[in-house]
Amino acid sequence: MNFAETLPWWAALPVAFLLVLGGLIAVIGTLGLFRLQSFYQRIHGPAITVTLGAGCILVASMLYFSVTQSRLVIHELLIAAFVLMTAPVVSMLIMRAALYRDLRASREAASHDEAKGM
Amino acid sequence: MKRWLPSPLLSVSLLLTWLMLNQSVAPGHLLLGGALAIIAPLLARPLQPHGHARLGRPLALFRLLWLSAIEIVRSCFNVTQIILLRRSEQVNSQFIRVPLALRSPHGLALLSCLINSTPGTVWVEILPEKHELLLHVFDLHDEQWWVETIKTRYEQPIIEVFETHEAKPEGDRA
Amino acid sequence: MTTATLLSAAILFALACVVLAMVLCTLRLLIGPSAQDRVLALDTLWMCTMLLALMLGIRHGSEIYFEAALIIALLGFVSTIALAKFLMRGEVIE
Repeated sequence: MNFAETLPWWAALPVAFLLVLGGLIAVIGTLGLFRLQSFYQRIHGPAITVTLGAGCILVASMLYFSVTQSRLVIHELLIAAFVLMTAPVVSMLIMRAALYRDLRASREAASHDEAKGM
Repeated sequence: MKRWLPSPLLSVSLLLTWLMLNQSVAPGHLLLGGALAIIAPLLARPLQPHGHARLGRPLALFRLLWLSAIEIVRSCFNVTQIILLRRSEQVNSQFIRVPLALRSPHGLALLSCLINSTPGTVWVEILPEKHELLLHVFDLHDEQWWVETIKTRYEQPIIEVFETHEAKPEGDRA
Repeated sequence: MTTATLLSAAILFALACVVLAMVLCTLRLLIGPSAQDRVLALDTLWMCTMLLALMLGIRHGSEIYFEAALIIALLGFVSTIALAKFLMRGEVIE
């Protein structure tokens, strides 16, 4: 809060806009996680939180600290690169785990039915 | 040169990471980061079964990354619209199969990262029999369009980028 | 003065949004019918926590929150990978 008074309006406007946009996108992504029906639809909701929501807030943070400290502060790029490299791995592993579990459950149910039929 | 710097791009990014973490370009940090950038790829080499990736055309890679960044933003807004405006039953989510010609492991890793970063598509796995990619699409309207988009917009540039590397593992396997 | 109030209002709004997102994640974590739903919700919760740390950094004008956000991102990735691996292999009846 103490630095906010020193921020000129041309920097404050984009920072505020990016923060509001990032927050809204984050909440929309988790809304998708909350209200969609099946798991395979739900996995697409958090993807927008991770990419665009996090991206907006990281850019806002970079802009804010660069202007208030009047030097280039770009170490948020590290978080951006890390998240962009790891989020695909996470979603792929969860998707695979879900698919294997569903296939296994259906196979078990089928063999159970067969045993009952005999 | 080849012996001490097996992968220049990896070394440069390690040095940049070190400088960003310390937030300075003082000579001491440059020296430490440079040592890290030279030693870490050499030590990590036995951990990578396919060796370091060799980029045939780095410019094509940057163009591909830029185009897919635009694609990510565009499909973010599509997914946002679908989440906010449509009921869950009306969304046609399905698995599709995409036949792939790309074989290089580094190229496949890059392709999976790009596809998974784009909201609305999740890479599931490669079916080994016919080298087909199993893909889950959030809102499928035209399967043929998706297959063609992935083949022309992602796979073709990636084959171009890893073009020089392509010949070697094929030969090794045969 | 007006830019400061605008900025603080924007930060408060974004904080409220992310907290709401975390509440939605927690609800999915609690009701999630299958285990993979819970893991997905937990991963999104990690991501929201990282965003919250970044926003608090802007609100308090302190850079120490950046380190916290980096560590939260690292821990979230490792724990989600471990959980996903467990889902795939953990309860196999061999």
